[in-house]
Amino acid sequence: MIDRIPILQIGDFLLITIQVDMHDQLALQLQDDLTARIAKTGARGVLLDISTLDVVDSFIGRMISNISSVAGVLSARTVVVGMQPAVAITLVELGLSLPGVQTALNAERGMELLRLAMDEEASGDAVGQ
Amino acid sequence: MQKTAEILRNADSTLFDSWVADLQSGGWGDGGRFSETDWRNQAAEFLKLLAAASQDGLPDLDGNAGTALRNNLETLSRTMAMRGATSGQTATFLFSLKKPLFAQLQKAIPNDATRLADEIWAANALIDRLGLHSVSAFQKSREELISRQQEEMLELSTPVVKLWDGVLALPMIGTLDSARTQIVMESLLQRIVETGSTIAIIDITGVPTVDTLVAQHLLKTVTAIRLMGADCIISGIRPQIAQTIVHLGIDLTGISTKASLADALTLALKRSGYVVQKQAGASA
Repeated sequence: MIDRIPILQIGDFLLITIQVDMHDQLALQLQDDLTARIAKTGARGVLLDISTLDVVDSFIGRMISNISSVAGVLSARTVVVGMQPAVAITLVELGLSLPGVQTALNAERGMELLRLAMDEEASGDAVGQ
Repeated sequence: MQKTAEILRNADSTLFDSWVADLQSGGWGDGGRFSETDWRNQAAEFLKLLAAASQDGLPDLDGNAGTALRNNLETLSRTMAMRGATSGQTATFLFSLKKPLFAQLQKAIPNDATRLADEIWAANALIDRLGLHSVSAFQKSREELISRQQEEMLELSTPVVKLWDGVLALPMIGTLDSARTQIVMESLLQRIVETGSTIAIIDITGVPTVDTLVAQHLLKTVTAIRLMGADCIISGIRPQIAQTIVHLGIDLTGISTKASLADALTLALKRSGYVVQKQAGASA
């Protein structure tokens, strides 16, 4: 059993692909690793790919929400991509609508969203200066 | 009980004729559910089976000897249910046999009141059992009919159509309950994954009423669609429904709502960057 999920850096963004069954310890470890990496690299966006995740519980649901909030505090945007229908239905039935978490259908669209957000921020900064 | 069995065993045309006459005077064949030859044949067939089952005394409905009789009754009840007859009519068919049968018993036992009463009681119990059996068979086939129709309705009511590249629409028809919402939600989400659509339009023109429960189901669907990474527009909100939603205090903020499917499609096209333009010089 693996004990951590790899976090890949692509330019300004961090890419996390969850390809194993999430258990609670793994989720906590991921949160720790991610916050450390964002702080270290100054990444501006996080892409969380859960397209192969087909079982969720309330803990994992809250973890997704937490990751997004923590990244937000460190001024990085999070986009959750590729959620399976069954997972979406389960989260809704659990009452976890993940407010404030951005979503996209697949990794490509998610990347687009992140770039768009970066561009907006960049132009916003330019106007501010 | 020998006499009843004997009469049934040797059932002659008198019994059949007076039964048919009784059915006719009771207006049983009216309404065109059965043609007259049809139910006459049915009655004759039934008497024949009853006679066969009475070879060794009164027919035993639960035993092997009664199988043919039971099957016949069940077929009759099923036909009645299919043709929309009432359970009362089904029962009347059998209960009408009482009068002619009792009359024959009376004739066969002229001077023994106690025996006559015994025989009539036995005959009565037999026909009641037959009647009850046919009614419960009728009820069963009606229930099967209803559940089949329900299933068909569920399948019919969830067509997900592609309106444009990346735009799906789901015209909802009928009342939204939990089971239907579940099916609707699943098929819509599945199609979103398959087609990679970014916008889903739920049209509720065909939903007669929206109460808090229906609104909650809608909100759940919208949330699930958002979690998948697509957008959702609700269209077809009639004026009364708009008022109801506000009166009930249902919070639809953050969800795009439109009066008609056309408006929703326009919004969807605009969001995906399309512009629809009328050609210069085109008529109408």
